[in-house]
Amino acid sequence: MDTSDALVKRRPFDLSRLSSWTGDNGIYLTLLGLVIFNAIFTNNFATTVTFWNLLVQVAPIILVALGMAMVIGTGGIDISVGSVMAIASAIVPLTLGWGWPVAVICGLLGGVLVGAFNGFFVAVVGMQPIVATLALLVGGRGLAQVMVGAYLQIIYDKPFLALGRARVLEIPFPVIVAAVMAIIMAFVVNRTTLGRYVQSAGANRRAAYLSGHPVRLTLMSVYMISGFLAGLAGVLATARLAASDPAKIGLLMELDAIAAVVVGGMPLSGGRVSVPKTLAGALFVQVITATFIMNNLSPIWAQVLKGIIIVLAVYIQRRGRRA
Amino acid sequence: MEQPASQDGACTSTPILEARGIYKQFPGVVALNNVSFQLCPGQVHALAGQNGSGKSTLIKVLTGVYQPDRGTVIFKGQPVSFGSPREAQAAGISTIYQEVNLIPLMSVAENIFLGREPKTKMGTVDSQRMNREAKELLADFDIEVDVRAPLRSLGLGVQQMVAIARAVSIQAEVVIMDEPTSSLEASEVETLFRVIRQLRDKGIGVVFVTHRLEEFYEICDQITVLRDGNVVHSGPLNQLPKLSLIATMLGRELPEGQGEITQFAAHETTAAEPVLVAEGLTRTGVIEDVSFSVRPGEVVGFAGLLGSGRTETAKAVFGAMALDSGTVKISGKEVNVRSPSVAIRNGLAFVPEDRRAEGIIPGLSVRDNIVSAALPYISKGGLVSRRAADEIVKRFVAALDIKVADPDQPIEQLSGGNQQKVLLARWLCLNNLKALILDEPTRGIDVGAKAEVQKLIGELAGQGLGIVMISSELEEVIEGSDQVVVLKDGQVAGVVSGDELTEGNLMRLMAGQSGAEGEPGDGHE
Repeated sequence: MDTSDALVKRRPFDLSRLSSWTGDNGIYLTLLGLVIFNAIFTNNFATTVTFWNLLVQVAPIILVALGMAMVIGTGGIDISVGSVMAIASAIVPLTLGWGWPVAVICGLLGGVLVGAFNGFFVAVVGMQPIVATLALLVGGRGLAQVMVGAYLQIIYDKPFLALGRARVLEIPFPVIVAAVMAIIMAFVVNRTTLGRYVQSAGANRRAAYLSGHPVRLTLMSVYMISGFLAGLAGVLATARLAASDPAKIGLLMELDAIAAVVVGGMPLSGGRVSVPKTLAGALFVQVITATFIMNNLSPIWAQVLKGIIIVLAVYIQRRGRRA
Repeated sequence: MEQPASQDGACTSTPILEARGIYKQFPGVVALNNVSFQLCPGQVHALAGQNGSGKSTLIKVLTGVYQPDRGTVIFKGQPVSFGSPREAQAAGISTIYQEVNLIPLMSVAENIFLGREPKTKMGTVDSQRMNREAKELLADFDIEVDVRAPLRSLGLGVQQMVAIARAVSIQAEVVIMDEPTSSLEASEVETLFRVIRQLRDKGIGVVFVTHRLEEFYEICDQITVLRDGNVVHSGPLNQLPKLSLIATMLGRELPEGQGEITQFAAHETTAAEPVLVAEGLTRTGVIEDVSFSVRPGEVVGFAGLLGSGRTETAKAVFGAMALDSGTVKISGKEVNVRSPSVAIRNGLAFVPEDRRAEGIIPGLSVRDNIVSAALPYISKGGLVSRRAADEIVKRFVAALDIKVADPDQPIEQLSGGNQQKVLLARWLCLNNLKALILDEPTRGIDVGAKAEVQKLIGELAGQGLGIVMISSELEEVIEGSDQVVVLKDGQVAGVVSGDELTEGNLMRLMAGQSGAEGEPGDGHE
């Protein structure tokens, strides 16, 4: 009698039952639902042009989110990724004189270097990740702007621009890069010692240390990986834009990347990394943005709605996991 | 001075705080079973018991952190039901924890008056009055500090005093002190005791918890001993000699033999060279000059009360706690154990006491938990060999009889006993393993698993491993060890083996007695 009463009371708004069968894979269903919704209600959504556009736009988010997933996997966070993109972008016009391969490599090295900086402050100095990377979030973009001057720098180097525009078998090059990186990261997560070290450091750092894991080196590595991937995203974005614009490139990217990881169902406390879920999370974030733009929603309301949807998505998954 | 309690423990006036028939259950364990407790005004009441005896739970019930399942808490003669520690504090029950619960960046005065700052007519904080009153209040306790200085600039002991001053200034009638001395230096402890005596003389009831038994005899009048959630003794402290107290806490018979303990070097169980030697391990305030050695095939037990430095010694040897001085030799070779990974590379392993906090890696599978320490050995170029991992898992799941449906199952779904076996497997799969340190290997696992683990420890020694076994259960250390190192206050109190290895001898060493002449009220002023 008592218990049945309680059940009836709980029924009206109980997301936990919905999510108990979606379980741990909530993000895929949520993404599917969003795509179906758009296919029905949004004009021109189910077209090849939109399809490729979406993938091209999501590519940098995927790259950055892959690195973010590793960092978050250790229980950390890297909010400097947007500024790292800007730095990589600023390095490109400065080094393009030596040929595009040099420019690309220097851009990537710039990212790795910033990552090493972050890693040093987190792993060796013992700073809180958000504080350590905040310094470069703020200072990094300023540095990038100092490097190229106040105005954006147009880039004419054809082979370099091809990195952003070329297609191989119809597939845009940035999408190929993102896919390759996703495969590599999936491999790292599932098959390498680093993958175990990362998840152990996030799940129980003390136990990992007592198991003899190189915890510092692990932390150092994830920030460097995150820096590398953000640098790569910055270089590709520069090629696509055909200009180095450190004031704009990668702006607020850290938020999209964190959102992708969180919506993907990985806890901010760390201990879990899933590349497929990161991909789905990144797609989700981008599809929402596209939905609003394509339906001519005011960008202000779009932001609000985006926030609400993210909270809702996380809530459903949290309930699901507990059930 | 009038005694607050008569000889049978009943208060001469109304008890200020009383618990009657408290029953509290947590999933799988009865934490408090029909516990009754009386605190008289002007009494310093010792609360004693081993880890997991229910002390903390009782304190939490008294201060409103937990609600009892059955039974009542009576404060000043009235049944009360505090919903939170805040309510208890407002009513007059203050709790002081081991870690100071104040705000380090605020000034001393601000901390004392936090939440009830004196106001000016304008409604702003009257800092002058606040500073003056804080200074007066601290002067009552003979503490002279700059009350405008941030709290964190003071020593831990003084911070503790500030916490107590705050507690008293909000008209506390009961002050509960949960291990207040564990981070204090000797002189600070003296100051604390002086303050406690002042509180007692003002008629305030004090509940005092410590793991240093001498402190009980120095400051307390009454004692309640808990074991496994039951009150096993309650009465005036001067009628309970230290040795009896230890026997009561451990649930053992009082030792009868009056024999002297001969302290001799380890007898030769094997002629082989020791696999693990620790010499003069010292870390100020934690352990001092601790030495021991373990031969292949030998089980060396570590006995001692809570806070005696058993776990700390183990961690120091394993590289998980930095040392001020001392050397560790593994297989005759001196090793600078600056981290666990160095210790592991040299053939040492450590199974921690707190499985959840330091052992298992939640969210990861049983497989990944087992091979966690073996990763460098089953990978090439950073690439983990699935096959090698599977082989290890298969072998040890069978060998240790780990009950697991699927090695990909998350570790947290296993029972405590099976988790412990996983942690053992984590080390046993290392080919170069020479010595194994086990901290409370059978705590919190069911009887069946306990027997299995104990049997396994013997077998491992038989295979030539050197084993250090830390245990709070006397029976376990005595039956399982070839020799036992007894620690007390961070020092080796004695080493016993052979026929000398008896409960009585261990308890005497824990009590810091070389003979058996425990006087009632030993150490009382």
